[in-house]
Amino acid sequence: MNRRNFLRTSGVLAAGIAALAASLSPLRELSDFSSAEEFMQKHYKELTPADMEKVLARISREVEKQYGLRPHVKDYKPMDGVEFVYCLNLTRCIGCRKCVHACVAENNQSRDPEIQYIRVLKMPHGSLDMEKGDHNYSPDMVPEKGFFYMPVQCQQCKNAPCVKVCPTRATWTEPDGITVIDYDWCIGCRYCEAACPYFARRFNWTKPKIPKERLNLNMSYLGNRPRKQGVMEKCHFCIQRTRAGRYPACLEVCPAGARKFGNILDPESEVSYIMRNKRVFIQLKEELGTSPRFFYYFDV
Amino acid sequence: MIQATKNYVRFLWRCGRIAFVGDWRYYGWMGILSVFVLLGINAYARQFVHGLIVTGMSDQVSWGVYIANFTFLVGVAAAAAMLVIPVYIYDNKELHDLVIFGELLAVAAILMCLAFVTVDLGRPDRFWHLIPILGKFNFPGSMLSWDVIVLNGYLLLNVHICGYLLYCRYQGKKPSKWFYIPFVFVAIGWAVSIHTVTAFLYVGLGGRPFWNSSIVGPRFLASAFTAGPALIILALQIIRRVTAYRISDQALLTLRNIVQVSMLINVFLLFNEVFKEFYTRTSHVASSSYLFFGLHGYHALVPWIWTAIVFNIVAMFILVLPVSRSLKYLNIACVLAIVGIWIEKGMGLVIPGFIPSPLGEMVEYTPTLNETLVCLGIWAFGFLAYTVFLRMSIPILQGTISKANEGAADQCAFGDREELEARGCNQKWRMDAANAAEAQTGEGHSH
Repeated sequence: MNRRNFLRTSGVLAAGIAALAASLSPLRELSDFSSAEEFMQKHYKELTPADMEKVLARISREVEKQYGLRPHVKDYKPMDGVEFVYCLNLTRCIGCRKCVHACVAENNQSRDPEIQYIRVLKMPHGSLDMEKGDHNYSPDMVPEKGFFYMPVQCQQCKNAPCVKVCPTRATWTEPDGITVIDYDWCIGCRYCEAACPYFARRFNWTKPKIPKERLNLNMSYLGNRPRKQGVMEKCHFCIQRTRAGRYPACLEVCPAGARKFGNILDPESEVSYIMRNKRVFIQLKEELGTSPRFFYYFDV
Repeated sequence: MIQATKNYVRFLWRCGRIAFVGDWRYYGWMGILSVFVLLGINAYARQFVHGLIVTGMSDQVSWGVYIANFTFLVGVAAAAAMLVIPVYIYDNKELHDLVIFGELLAVAAILMCLAFVTVDLGRPDRFWHLIPILGKFNFPGSMLSWDVIVLNGYLLLNVHICGYLLYCRYQGKKPSKWFYIPFVFVAIGWAVSIHTVTAFLYVGLGGRPFWNSSIVGPRFLASAFTAGPALIILALQIIRRVTAYRISDQALLTLRNIVQVSMLINVFLLFNEVFKEFYTRTSHVASSSYLFFGLHGYHALVPWIWTAIVFNIVAMFILVLPVSRSLKYLNIACVLAIVGIWIEKGMGLVIPGFIPSPLGEMVEYTPTLNETLVCLGIWAFGFLAYTVFLRMSIPILQGTISKANEGAADQCAFGDREELEARGCNQKWRMDAANAAEAQTGEGHSH
């Protein structure tokens, strides 16, 4: 190879590398990339208690670094002999959407863009056809005459399509019936979002933004700890509350008493009473065989 | 053993070198493609930093052009097997070498598929979670896990078959049947499986009645076996024009038969779908209504689907009539078929499945500029890869690059104009052509 060839080849090579570097320049803005620790972290089901402690400490550190506040992060385990079920009284729901906002306040969703797990549908009397539902109603006063309101959130299905399709088993059903997500395992393929018949799952399309004064510091690994860009999230029956014997935030805030929650395996619970005594209760899209743990009923 | 490795490395080195050698048309073509690839990389870097919010996707329409292109290209990759069937099952010697071009197209298509799926992931850095044993692989439950296996397996199969046949030709050795015939037959079945599994990704979702239908699988295969060979017909004519490689019209007409039958089946299946949806008119018809006629005032996809249907039907008529024996009309039919099927698979299948949402909400989808640049970048990368594969394989098939002329004899393959003229080579391509013509008429095909 003579000198001219050498110079020409190196020139072309240098230009090529420069062009590639220029095209990759947006990567300079990359801030929140996962640490080596997070990258190598095992699936939730394979973490030993010692591993989990380290993981919780890491999460705590990250939250403190980002928000300047120290959280309390715990891994709540399911209680024995408990299967959670949610009952929603369609006669009582007035469509005020307080549940939607209480959920956001409790579970550290991104506020910009705002992620809401609960979607309330304004339905005309006499039909359960969701195509007739209005998602964007905003009158001065609710409820409006001639309509009823149906809040929809994750149905925690016994036969969950999202669990079936997840290629990495990042989402699964826990022994107490809650379908959970390991946010550090999810690869963000969104197959579960395509599979869910209830529009229950949400994706972090960008880095979540939570104003630090709104941060709920009582966090759980599988529940409301702050999520990162590129992973899925959804209603988890307020796992940090319900596994500690409290009610979900949506139930507590409901002014009409439309929401009922409890352990279906306990014959004395409110939900057991409802299931025994209310004549009509529905599971949404029952024909799909998902077997939801969410029951809508009427006061008859 | 060491000598064998050294020989192989030498072979790879020569292949690699020739990818960078060509005339001004070659450099121009590769230059334009490289520009698009760089633009695509830039757009993807932006997406990697800011997240998928830079695309037009939403929680309601959570898959867009990335997955649409992925679906179309899996079909193209599967269709490469269509070339293999007449050759090995019907023993059509005419098409033997062309099988390699088809399988190289499959490799390029699979690489594009893998790229499209990767850019669609929210956390591509966590891809290792998909590796069995190392990660947590949901096999056999999740159809996506099946897809990972079959796509990578198909890639390896085709790389092996092409690589083995080309290396044997390079060495001047007759390929041993055991090293490729069984793989070829596996590849035929495997090709059908990659597209069936991809179809099952959609079919298996009970919450999406537009997809949850038995016709999706057969329709996928019919449209893939129309668009794939159509692409190969066009690619072979370009190869014929730009290199001295001889490809007979008979080969193209055999492929035309495949496209003909597949297109007839494709249009028939479309007719079946339309009848089932619009005659019964259950509430599951919402997505089809949105696609063909618009729904509740939203009609963004209507012009697209009707264009696709018109293209497909016109292509079908051209293909069925004897006028398509003339290459001019055949090419028109191929272009119409490819574009029509690309629209159908992308905008006609993936997007309407999300509209209306499972709760009846109407949210439409339009890809953003950033998203489009990423797509163009990946397509350009695919074309780049296929061009490089051809640039490497054609001289080997023609005998211009072989073990026999290793070392001193690469006279007319490399070097700039002055050096070549000093050695008595005129234009690189003309020299290749002369050598190839001699090799082909002299010894004939030996297989």
